[in-house]
Amino acid sequence: MSATVETTRVTPQAIPAPMPRPRRFRWKWSHAAAYAILVPGALLFVAPFVWLISASFQPVGDLFSYPPHWIPQDTTLEGYKAFFGHGSTLASRANAPDGVARWFFNSVFVSSATTACQLFFNALAAYVFAKRKFPGRDLIFVAFLATMMVPANVTLIPNYIVLKHIPFMGGNDWFGLGGHGLLDSYYGLILPNAVAAFGIFLLRQYMMSIPDELLDAARIDGASEFKIFWKIILPLSRPALAAMGIFTFTYVWEDFLWPLIVISSPDRYTAPLGLALFVTKNRTSWDMLLAGSVIATLPMVLVFLVFQRNFIKGISLSGLKG
Amino acid sequence: MAAHASTELEAPRAPRGLRHTAKRARREWTAYLFLAPGMVLFSIFTVFALGFTIYLTFHEWEIISPDKPYVGLQNYKDMIHDEKFRHGVINTFYFAGAVIPLQMLFGLGIALLLNTGLRGRVVLRTIYYLPCVTPFVVSAIVWKWFYNGDFGIFNFYLLKTGLIDAPLSFLSDKNLAMPSVIVMSVWGGIGFTMVVYLAGLQAIPEELYEAAKVDGAGPFARLRHITIPMLRPTTLFLAVVGIIFAFQQFTQIFVMTHGGPVDKTTTMLYYVYQAAFVYFDMGYASTLAFALFLVLVVFTILQLRFYRQQI
Repeated sequence: MSATVETTRVTPQAIPAPMPRPRRFRWKWSHAAAYAILVPGALLFVAPFVWLISASFQPVGDLFSYPPHWIPQDTTLEGYKAFFGHGSTLASRANAPDGVARWFFNSVFVSSATTACQLFFNALAAYVFAKRKFPGRDLIFVAFLATMMVPANVTLIPNYIVLKHIPFMGGNDWFGLGGHGLLDSYYGLILPNAVAAFGIFLLRQYMMSIPDELLDAARIDGASEFKIFWKIILPLSRPALAAMGIFTFTYVWEDFLWPLIVISSPDRYTAPLGLALFVTKNRTSWDMLLAGSVIATLPMVLVFLVFQRNFIKGISLSGLKG
Repeated sequence: MAAHASTELEAPRAPRGLRHTAKRARREWTAYLFLAPGMVLFSIFTVFALGFTIYLTFHEWEIISPDKPYVGLQNYKDMIHDEKFRHGVINTFYFAGAVIPLQMLFGLGIALLLNTGLRGRVVLRTIYYLPCVTPFVVSAIVWKWFYNGDFGIFNFYLLKTGLIDAPLSFLSDKNLAMPSVIVMSVWGGIGFTMVVYLAGLQAIPEELYEAAKVDGAGPFARLRHITIPMLRPTTLFLAVVGIIFAFQQFTQIFVMTHGGPVDKTTTMLYYVYQAAFVYFDMGYASTLAFALFLVLVVFTILQLRFYRQQI
């Protein structure tokens, strides 16, 4: 079989073993050459992060100094304080007097809620496709898969109009007229991403490996279908759920275009949206912006470092960053 | 696809008439209940949305005005003659054509070097992957700063080393803007291709290399005749995923250039956004989105073929 099939295969055995098995270490000249290329390259790769962290601790005046400083000459927490709304002394903070930490918490809420929805709904559907037999299953499964052929960016416009006209929401009447519907709300961000065909597909592949005997035994004991799902399927699918959950969380955290379209009130901005609009519209509080950038990046880097194995496995199985 | 899926999925199905099917469906009602959330959301946000997109392409639909007249193929005619659309297509292909090969080449190079059993490999891999976990907005902000014509770091070092005499305004120069966006995007994507290539390299059986060594093949011969051919499926996969990804880039363009200067970085998706949410011309924007869909669908079907191999 091909190499791709190997890398994209979702079996219980494949998930916890993503790292190359180290061969025994022996010093070789070829290693010296490899280091000579990889280490300078790695320095170039971390340079933007070093600069970002360093700049976030510099006073605004020093940021524009020329030549640029890689190491701050005076350190200050002014940017971070402004971000959390403490001790902002500069007049330029007038349009965000309470700090913009709220963007960050909005992101935490939207990403967590979307991930929770996906874990539950994707797993529910995946279980049905993997373990149940019922009329129309194959047809529905193929229909679900086919939705992956329509990238979300293609349906931005109709979905914007649909959200605007959801009945009873945001001042709408029976016919979805009169108000702004779910636009400019957290629901508008969460709802279209609450289920994902790819996640269903990934989990189904994993759940197929769970032995049927376990489920049959539970059925004989009188367990309901939901109980089987909740007590047997979910705990046994934990590695696949972890990979999918991490992937979903980071995807939603980074999402930019959809929040840009849906959200209009500054107090509902997600972190990327707030930061981007800050750069393009309000050029005054750079220190706050840079502190915010560090804070928006931290959770991603931490999630990555802690779950590195799941993460890299998830990425290489899905190839789905886009 | 359907035929392939059904052979394995539904082995024991005897045709016993409609009533029997209905009875089975009633007995398995929880299955449909469990699928309901997915069915409802996909029907609204994907199936209906795609149909609605097509419907919109035949209408003039401004969000504010109550009239949404049927205009036939006018939107399509406008699109064909639209200079900006043509630029959008060219820019999108330019971007994808540069970013994808560069990302794959660097990703493969780094993966090959990391795969030689170096000490500190995990640390290096983590560093090369960092840009992929950084929110793209943050990367774009930092790079925008680096590219700045007055106090940017690139100008500082280029001037210092004497490579240029006067500072360059990377993002507002019409010849430099797109290359600048491309360099930033390659930086952001190498980690991904590297990880996928590393996984591909791990799947190549060690015996092949042993056998080649016995036959006296040097490192370059082994690379050319074993590694590269064995990585072909991985490469194909990365190319297809890369195209789908590159055709939908938006964030860094929004943050760094806003599609400028003179539309030099306006990609198809960026133009869709502008037409819909800056000019509120939903009908025309839908036509542009539909064109993007037609380009993407070919590659998405290819991508699904990779997944189909697992069904």
